Amino acid sequence: MTPEALLDVCLFLHDDRAHAYDMLSSVTAVDYVEFFDVVYHLTSISRNASTVLKVRLYGRDAPTVASVTSVWAGADLQEREIYDLLGVTFTGHPNLKRMLTWEGFQGHPLRRDYLEPPLPYTWPHGG
Amino acid sequence: MTMHTQPVIVNIGPHHPSTHGVFRMRLTMDGENILDVEPVIGYLHRGSEKLAEERQYTQVITLTDRMDYVASMTNNQAYVLSCEQLTGITPPDRGMYLRVIAAELQRVVSHLVATGFFLQDLGAFATPLMYAMRERERVLDLFEMLCGARITVSYMRIGGVFQDAPGEFWPALRRILDEFPSFIDELEDLISENEIVLSRTRGVSVISGADAVNASITGPVLRASGVSWDLRKAAPYDVYDRVSFDVPLGEHGDNYDRYIIRIREIRESLKIVEQCVAQIKPGLVRATTAMLFRPPVGESYVPIEAPKGELGFYLVSDGSIAPYRMHARAPSLINLTLLKQMLVGWKLSDAIVSFGSIDVNMGEVDR
Repeated sequence: MTPEALLDVCLFLHDDRAHAYDMLSSVTAVDYVEFFDVVYHLTSISRNASTVLKVRLYGRDAPTVASVTSVWAGADLQEREIYDLLGVTFTGHPNLKRMLTWEGFQGHPLRRDYLEPPLPYTWPHGG
Repeated sequence: MTMHTQPVIVNIGPHHPSTHGVFRMRLTMDGENILDVEPVIGYLHRGSEKLAEERQYTQVITLTDRMDYVASMTNNQAYVLSCEQLTGITPPDRGMYLRVIAAELQRVVSHLVATGFFLQDLGAFATPLMYAMRERERVLDLFEMLCGARITVSYMRIGGVFQDAPGEFWPALRRILDEFPSFIDELEDLISENEIVLSRTRGVSVISGADAVNASITGPVLRASGVSWDLRKAAPYDVYDRVSFDVPLGEHGDNYDRYIIRIREIRESLKIVEQCVAQIKPGLVRATTAMLFRPPVGESYVPIEAPKGELGFYLVSDGSIAPYRMHARAPSLINLTLLKQMLVGWKLSDAIVSFGSIDVNMGEVDR
């Protein structure tokens, strides 16, 4: 699915009575180096059904996709986590800032090319 | 004459006895009244998902123990179920029964801890908590018989469980099953009709069913709001389709409902263990699998009903010996989504109680 279509598709899946995906179980993202996949696991409590949505984002500099918090409030903390650890920006998110790492942290640790910065101190015996 | 006061920002935590770990709330207060809430988390972040990327599939089981450390068995179960979907391994019957027995005992323990600390937060200092902890000890002794560990169990394996239950396990389990209902009655006698508990928890921090579903809230918190959703019924895994049990539901979605739901679920869990003990047959407990294996390229996600809600591990395999990506869908984290809505408008002392009623575990929130 293209990132532009995401919000419309989500609204349709949420509102349409034949689908009625009223709960967003999980949001996560995977770094495949050439592109990022943002993965949405949807659940319909009334129909007892589930499905998976995937959005593919190309480019490593600023992967951006619309936030689905307006459709499912449950995306709030999960999108913040993805922003923090994988550096995917969600436009329209009410409070998009780092959550698990601290303010001023550099980089996004769950990216495949993340390298830990060298320690600012050394132990007497090395290492 | 009315007096105008400045709103004051109060930090609760991260090192505060009522925050169940290292949770921090930034409260904007007008006197005793809460105007705004900002949860600040990440103090216990250990990067489990990153660590998993450089470990073999079997080794990751030990990482899952350390996520929700009050319910390690169910973490193990969610992870191995996801791995089994990835590889297509089917565990033998006895292994699945042992998993369900262990998982339900773990649910009892987790709910006891939740209830004990919830009452502690209410001001019922130490007594109910010590009662709950005393009974928890006995279940942990059972875990020690199963796998040698009490908290970080790593009991489940891809394709079954680590080992069969030893001979002394079954009489000890029998004693617990016989004595637990009267202990729950004792706890309920103390608490459930207590006037202070009722007046402090009834109608406080109400979550409606629709709001809870929209905010992806799962587990006892969702069921307290009257939504019948239990993955053990909706998508049965292991042997949950062979046992019968009820799903207790709340009516109002307030703090009292969240407490009483857990008490009722303990009784249902004991019923499930009872049926498993009756149904379990001798046999193998673990399918023959290699310790080091390469699953086919693909991905898997098996959500289970952990004590705190829907727990699932999203695994991506690139055909190597380690997961390409592992993501834990942590119920403790996602149940915090509605925290602001629950607390705004209530007093500071209610904030502590409402936070306790969600039953979060910081090890799982931060991972």
